[in-house]
Amino acid sequence: MSKLKTFSRRAFLVGSAAVAGGVAFGGYLVARTPENPNLGNLGEGEMSFNPWVRIDRNGITLITPHADIGQGAASMQAALIAEEMDLAWGGFQTDFGRPSAAYWNTAMAEDQAPLLPWDDGFGARAMRASMDAMLKVIGMQGTGGSTSVADSFTKLREAGAMARETLKLAASERTGIAVSELRTEDGAVILPGGEVLPYAELAEVAATLDPVEGTPLRDPSQWRLIGTPMPRLDTMAKTTGTQSYGLDIELPEMLRASVRMNPRKGGALNGFDASAAEGMPGVDRIVEITGGVAVIASNTWYAIQALDAIDYDWGPAPYPAEQAAHWGALDAGFTADNLDREWRNDGDVDTAIADGSDISAEYRAPYVAHQPLEPLNAIVLVEDAQVQVWTGHQLPRFLQQQVAAITGHDTDHVIVHNQYIGGSFGHRLELEYVKQATEIAVQFRGKPVKLTYSREEDFAQDFPRQISLARCRGAVADGRVTACDIEIAAPSVLGSQLGRIGAPALGPDNQLPAGVWQQPYALENMRVRTYAVPDLSPVSSWRSVGASVGGFLAEGFLDELIVEAGADPLEERLRLCTLDDTSRRTLEAVAEMANWGEPVPAGTGRGVAMVHSFGVPCAQIIEVTDVDGAIRLDRVWVAADVGRVVDPVNFENNVQGGVIWGLGHAINSEITYADGMAEQTNYHAAEGMRLYQTPQIMVRGLEHGAVRGIGEPPVPPAAPALANAIYAATGQRLRAMPFWNEIDFI
Amino acid sequence: MQLTVNGDLLEIDVEPDMPLLWVLREELGLTGTKYGCGVAQCGACTVHIDGFAERSCQARVGDLEGAEITTIEGLGNPAALHAVQAAWVAHQVAQCGYCQSGQIMQAASLLSETPNPSDEDIDFAMSGNLCRCGTYPRVRAAIHTAARTMGG
Repeated sequence: MSKLKTFSRRAFLVGSAAVAGGVAFGGYLVARTPENPNLGNLGEGEMSFNPWVRIDRNGITLITPHADIGQGAASMQAALIAEEMDLAWGGFQTDFGRPSAAYWNTAMAEDQAPLLPWDDGFGARAMRASMDAMLKVIGMQGTGGSTSVADSFTKLREAGAMARETLKLAASERTGIAVSELRTEDGAVILPGGEVLPYAELAEVAATLDPVEGTPLRDPSQWRLIGTPMPRLDTMAKTTGTQSYGLDIELPEMLRASVRMNPRKGGALNGFDASAAEGMPGVDRIVEITGGVAVIASNTWYAIQALDAIDYDWGPAPYPAEQAAHWGALDAGFTADNLDREWRNDGDVDTAIADGSDISAEYRAPYVAHQPLEPLNAIVLVEDAQVQVWTGHQLPRFLQQQVAAITGHDTDHVIVHNQYIGGSFGHRLELEYVKQATEIAVQFRGKPVKLTYSREEDFAQDFPRQISLARCRGAVADGRVTACDIEIAAPSVLGSQLGRIGAPALGPDNQLPAGVWQQPYALENMRVRTYAVPDLSPVSSWRSVGASVGGFLAEGFLDELIVEAGADPLEERLRLCTLDDTSRRTLEAVAEMANWGEPVPAGTGRGVAMVHSFGVPCAQIIEVTDVDGAIRLDRVWVAADVGRVVDPVNFENNVQGGVIWGLGHAINSEITYADGMAEQTNYHAAEGMRLYQTPQIMVRGLEHGAVRGIGEPPVPPAAPALANAIYAATGQRLRAMPFWNEIDFI
Repeated sequence: MQLTVNGDLLEIDVEPDMPLLWVLREELGLTGTKYGCGVAQCGACTVHIDGFAERSCQARVGDLEGAEITTIEGLGNPAALHAVQAAWVAHQVAQCGYCQSGQIMQAASLLSETPNPSDEDIDFAMSGNLCRCGTYPRVRAAIHTAARTMGG
């Protein structure tokens, strides 16, 4: 078992080398269904049909293992189960459940394999299946990559159908009435005479039966919930201040802690002098942990004040101290040694560009912080028999491993109480704060220790989005774009993230070319290469990850080529967009929404961009106006094809939020290093968008393609559509984020 | 030291320098008021002090004896929503929800001073409240709805 575990940890990966390794697991492990995690902790009189449904005499609990980071995952998962189970909306409780291999993410393989999204050939299908098998064997429970809907869409409806049919069988056993005579409604079995048997009253009988499997799913025409606006289950709590986040949890005898880690992330603590802090109000204990100091105090504010009073001797940063050196490393990083992969090489780029009009440009994307509004926090209680952790996290099984490695407990004895999360954007994929809370809690065994980061600490320790430098060349002829050659140098996101959890990535990082190589354009000559530059800042997944950079440079540079060709930005994209019908329809939809081509006033400009990311084509048109030298954002039209819109209101909310995220950070956010430390310490220096800047955002959800998620796809097209609109309005081409370094905004 | 919060007179024993935010959250257990930045940049900690929206991270508790403090818990509750909260539910504003207590307290204060705010009024009053999820379009719409239901 331990051998398998070691291999498994290494095997959460990306790339063909790893995929080939998938077959090594063998048929037995792949076919084996992981155990239902509910069975281990059922209460008196409680039963569970499958990993997603628990019932007792008091009611029904739906397990929603995908973390809710604000995207509405809990409600979405519940809706899919409730649809088939015939539950009234809200007629149940939800629970994030215990981490389990049973919740392996069946959609993650879609994007992790180095394949074009529309590649449905035998080899591609085999590679995806092999990778999915591996994710199943390692029990890869995870929320991310906009996979929650795709992972849940079929299996949670099946879970609901299984529960419904088994409850009908239980009613049949109890009443002697044939199952075919029974129907279900609002959480109850209805007998032919109209008598109502609530599911909760059937739980004990149902527990004695074999679950009914293989029931066909309902036709979409019969759906009551899917596709309709459903009030999110957390709306009332979040509107009345009664939603409990990790930061709000109070436990008996709980200690409050805050930390100061080396602001040169990952650097050492050489020593510290806490004498000035020791007598401060409320301060209980001051303890050292790896790379930093923790203060235990009666109030978190006292702990933060005391941390400010400590004199620290920090070691150097394990990356270049000054920002210019980071750019310098990228500039020098286009080397054969760093070449990660050539992702696309159609036609003959070198000949086409040498023969044609040579157009070249350099694009830059900075480090950017995540900074969700709920600061990082975790409660850890270490006892002899087990460890308990209260926090919100997207990778709860990796969390168990990291905590167990510190405390010495068996991984299964790390109990995770997953929480609603006050935003993530990738931040809650990281585990440093949990490890720090655990290191403190080990020193106070038997008492729960709550670690709360100050905002400044959160900024200082944030592993940002990858910095990127791209060299782009292209050619045009006869009014058309004929060639495009893009090379990107960046630190590897997956290499950095996986390295932190002891799972080095094998093979190339498919995030670095994201938003570029998967563009559905049939350019005659196109080449995409990525270079993974080592020894820069640790970096992390940031809402839409690689595509947040790749979409910007690919769609920005394509716009330059189209302008050079003298073509219309939308018409030329449509002409090129022949690789994927769904993408072309998305472009057509957004053009229709915006009435593309209609005259706009002087000083107003429109830009278009489409990025295919996370399996979703998302096209945007942005309209801006130059008001006395400052840019005002007026309107945004968005079309995205997710195959199935589960809830149109939540869909629109996610799209608008993604656009605002993409625009705000493109305008004003970056992390820069000086003396090894991030220079931006709070929101005044990296705030994203505020209400007064927010344009009108019109949204259309399309349902032609595969069922996919919407959390990330709206982000990548926002920055290039804005840059292209600003060019249209002013003639100024923006090739480096954040844009406010070069142009003023209202 | 005594504080009046949501109509209740409460005894606390902390340093007078402690910001009201941390008293509410960790001394009084009123966790609906959120810590976001600590430096009046995000508005997540907004409460009403003597009827006006204030950042509780900037209010020294020692200066607040005798003041009437209202938090999100005192504005309304699931059984008896304030009109602003009812509009928030109707528009499904919240995503992660962490900033929404502050947004709602700020919006309630705006509407008490300006019963029928223009978009410019909303821009001016609400732009100190940061929402990282980007719920701004719905915040704006919900404020207009609340203004109508409150008869502004």
